[in-house]
Amino acid sequence: MGPESPATARLVSLQARGLTKVYRTGDVRVHALRGVDLDLYARELLVLVGHSGSGKSTLLNILGGLDAPSSGSVLFDGRDLTDADDKQLTGYRRDHVGFVFQFYNLIPSLTAAENVGLVTEISRHPMHPHAALELVGLEERMDHFPAQLSGGEQQRVAIARAIAKQPDILLCDEPTGALDSETGILVLEAIEKVNRELGTTTAVITHNTVIGSMADRVLVMADGAISETHENADRRAPGELSW
Amino acid sequence: MKALDRKVLRDLWHVRGQALAIALVIASGVAVLVMSLSTRNALIRTKDAYYERYAFAHVFARCKRAPGHLISRIAAIDGVQVVQTRVKGLATLDIAGFDEPVLGQFVSIPENGDPALNRLVLRRGRWIRASQPDEVVLDEPFAEAHGFVPGDELVAVLNGNRRTLSVVGIALSPEFVFSMGPGALMPDARRFGVLWMGSEALAAAFDQEGAFNDVSLQLTWGASSAEVIERLDRILEPYGGVGAVARREQGSNWFLMNEIDQLSTMSMILPSIFLIVSAFLTNMVLARLVETERTQIGLMKAFGYGTRTVAAHYTKLVLVIAGLGILLGWAIGTWAGRMNTGTYAQTFRFPILFYRPDAASFAISALMTLSAALLGTWAVVRRAALLAPAQAMVPPSPPLYRKSLLARTRLGQWLDQPTRILVRHIAREPWRALMTAGGVACSVALLVMALQWYDAIDYLVERYFFDSQRQHVTIGLAEPQASSVVADFRHLPGVMAVEPMRIVGADLHFGTVTHRGSVTGVPSNAQLMPIFDEASMAVYEPLEGGLILGSRLAEKLGAEIGDAVWVEILEGRRSEAMLPIVALIETSIALPAYLHIRALDRLLRERPGVEYVNLLVDPHEEANLYRRLKDLPAVSSVLLRRAAIRSFDESVAKNMLIFVSLFCAFSCALGFGVAYNAARVALSERGRELATLRVLGFHRSEVSYILLGEVGLLILLSLPTGCLLGRALTILMASAFDTELFRIPLGIEPSTYGLAVCIAVVATLLSAGIVRRRVDRLPLIEVLKTRE
Ligand SMILES: Nc1ncnc2c1ncn2[C@@H]1O[C@H](COP(=O)(O)OP(=O)(O)OP(=O)(O)O)[C@@H](O)[C@H]1O
Ligand SMILES: [Mg+2]
Repeated sequence: MGPESPATARLVSLQARGLTKVYRTGDVRVHALRGVDLDLYARELLVLVGHSGSGKSTLLNILGGLDAPSSGSVLFDGRDLTDADDKQLTGYRRDHVGFVFQFYNLIPSLTAAENVGLVTEISRHPMHPHAALELVGLEERMDHFPAQLSGGEQQRVAIARAIAKQPDILLCDEPTGALDSETGILVLEAIEKVNRELGTTTAVITHNTVIGSMADRVLVMADGAISETHENADRRAPGELSW
Repeated sequence: MKALDRKVLRDLWHVRGQALAIALVIASGVAVLVMSLSTRNALIRTKDAYYERYAFAHVFARCKRAPGHLISRIAAIDGVQVVQTRVKGLATLDIAGFDEPVLGQFVSIPENGDPALNRLVLRRGRWIRASQPDEVVLDEPFAEAHGFVPGDELVAVLNGNRRTLSVVGIALSPEFVFSMGPGALMPDARRFGVLWMGSEALAAAFDQEGAFNDVSLQLTWGASSAEVIERLDRILEPYGGVGAVARREQGSNWFLMNEIDQLSTMSMILPSIFLIVSAFLTNMVLARLVETERTQIGLMKAFGYGTRTVAAHYTKLVLVIAGLGILLGWAIGTWAGRMNTGTYAQTFRFPILFYRPDAASFAISALMTLSAALLGTWAVVRRAALLAPAQAMVPPSPPLYRKSLLARTRLGQWLDQPTRILVRHIAREPWRALMTAGGVACSVALLVMALQWYDAIDYLVERYFFDSQRQHVTIGLAEPQASSVVADFRHLPGVMAVEPMRIVGADLHFGTVTHRGSVTGVPSNAQLMPIFDEASMAVYEPLEGGLILGSRLAEKLGAEIGDAVWVEILEGRRSEAMLPIVALIETSIALPAYLHIRALDRLLRERPGVEYVNLLVDPHEEANLYRRLKDLPAVSSVLLRRAAIRSFDESVAKNMLIFVSLFCAFSCALGFGVAYNAARVALSERGRELATLRVLGFHRSEVSYILLGEVGLLILLSLPTGCLLGRALTILMASAFDTELFRIPLGIEPSTYGLAVCIAVVATLLSAGIVRRRVDRLPLIEVLKTRE
């Protein structure tokens, strides 16, 4: 896909228009988003970079149905998420979105397999927890509790947990933020593999511009808006990256 | 204000809900303590002042007819300070507009003014006049029950003569603080009254001119009442003396002291439960607070705050919570104590009531609470204070979970993940889970204990008034009559069956133990008032060759079936005999000793006699019968079973309602406090986890399930435990409350357990509901930004 091919020709998974977000604390108003338009295309791997405080997490949280914008709309499957109530948003997250966070957020009292099972039990077309863990290369560590796993392994369990429900969209906020580069690459490989093999639309936030080269598209955010967009003709495999 | 003190306030504000819940539990315990102690002390103070001011006697004796000159001999007994001789007699009263027979206890008073002992408190009207032999002073509860005021008249059948008496005054007496007719279980002011009448007039009415049949003594300080009684008994014996009693065993005082003892018991057992639970709760909440403040503690210590400062900081927190509970408890306890004392003032008639919140009970409750709270949190405070700064700055290592045995079973495989989370949390903190369940169980137990009183009363009424008493009316005869009197009663209107009965005062000796009571003579094949065994629900036939004892009497004597008891009759010829115990029966009320009525006659060395007649009455003819009974000279008392039951129910139910409601409220506070704190601490520990689940697409209800399911499961476990504990507590209280008159029977109805469980569940659900609202408002995004 060349950069000149019209964007509209591609299938849009998630569409955001005119998103703004204003945080008010007392008299101070912080504009975290100042009008963001964004299309997430089906099957693409998108990387979001930008300075700290530029609004990346805010955007991702709104796209994932965790937060509501101050204005603007998010269309998924023809419905506007900004009109949805808590119950519908929960349903949206449950059935369509997978999340991976910087701090893994695993349930310490459940084993790796059980952490994945937590999600597969409540979703409509899940894969088997074992298959999900196999996909991230952790089939050996299924019965380990989080406290018995390294950070990278925990993050891969988090990825397995996010994709086991076969979500339409996978949202990752600094998935490698707490890891060293080698472990980070293992995690990125897992994400890339999921995107490639399952065709899950994926958005990854990172501070690390190197990671951009494994993406189909890179968006740069600055001061609450998308300042640049790059499209990569060729995605590089995570294993070729280094930082 | 120092920065650290400001932090105490911030921390308190942060855990305000939990602090308040703990304070409520503490307050309940303190309130029970203050209430029971200050009520008890108020009763003791009031009683002492009343007895002192109105010269309540130390020794009481009755006899048939003793000549007046005996006074000097009695006064000469060593240790006797004041002698008062009186004439006392029972008579039926005829009160206009009140069909049922009323019993009057007539007591003589000097015409010219206050008696030397057992003085009256004239509440209204005036004293009697020597010139007017028909003037009487009525006791206040009786006057109130019938609306008598000075100037009213009533008719009494005094020794067979109908007399119209005029009421001139209304009074109270230390002798009748708790005034109860013979044979009654509870005061019934409508059917029993005390009438004070001039001694001349009364002596004339009861053929006691120049004589007396009642003696009261005041002793010199330090005199032994036992010795005085022995000598008094010897003096009165030839004149039909039936054995003197010390103040301790005087009827009214005995009941009063009993109540005081029960309050003491209550103030010892019950508050401890609340204080133990509150100590645990404070521990739980503080432990969690310290856990969340590890880094802060590390910082404080890194800044150079010492171990002692840190310890003092958290101790202050505990002290504030405990202090809050104590203050609240004082307030509630004072209020409840006043209410409680007010109820007692209706049961026990005092002219004065010294209720003032009791300084000692305040001090004791504060001391107990503070020590419980400090003891409960000592370990946590110590752990916090001793944290090394470096160690404190690192977050605690992630909790290591293990697969429980349950997880490996088939049931475990089948569990869903949220349930698994829930079970593992419980398994990880088994002690805390146990304490939580224990706390709720205590609340259930207290509820069971409080609510079972209704069962106990029902049981007593059922056994005493229905199973063992089948007569409608018991008639007391002024003098023992020939057996032929039975036939006379048979001919009265509405009487369907008649049965004689004889009750004679007796001392029962076995070994070194003596019981001053009575022997009841029962005819063969008794249908109306048979010898009834509550355990087997069977009727025993009286035997001529031996005694059938209530098992509690046998217990008191230390005797068993086959042992021979030395029976010393206190009336008539004062005969004595050695009688074997042939059977034991279970009774909840009184300590009876039964003998065949013929054997009793023989023992008394009298011709067959009857003192009581039991009647079965056709309800339609009742009014006619009562009218006739009022005119029968031989009749000295009439006891209606129906009225006895009603007055029993009324007086018990009223006291019970206040007691039970207070305890229900306190138990609910306990259950609520435990459940709320358990849920809040769990929420604080799991907040991050629960928010993660919400992010993963779990609905609010599903997330609440994990949190509240854990608490719910513990509560579920605590319910049956609480019921068992409640049973144990009831047994403990019952044994502490055991008196010769009553034993609280242990027959807790299933519905009582059910009600206790329901109330506890509602109280805990309420706390769950409050915490559930917090789960709904969990911040999702904040959680993702921070490391745990
Ligand atoms: N709850 C909040 N209240 C007030 N301001 C907030 C809140 N959350 C975020 N902000 C502000 O919104 C802006 C965007 O924050 P956001 O977390 O989206 O940035 P980011 O690009 O993800 O930064 P980073 O790379 O550091 O994670 C920031 O200026 C931040 O201070
Ligand atoms: Mg961010």
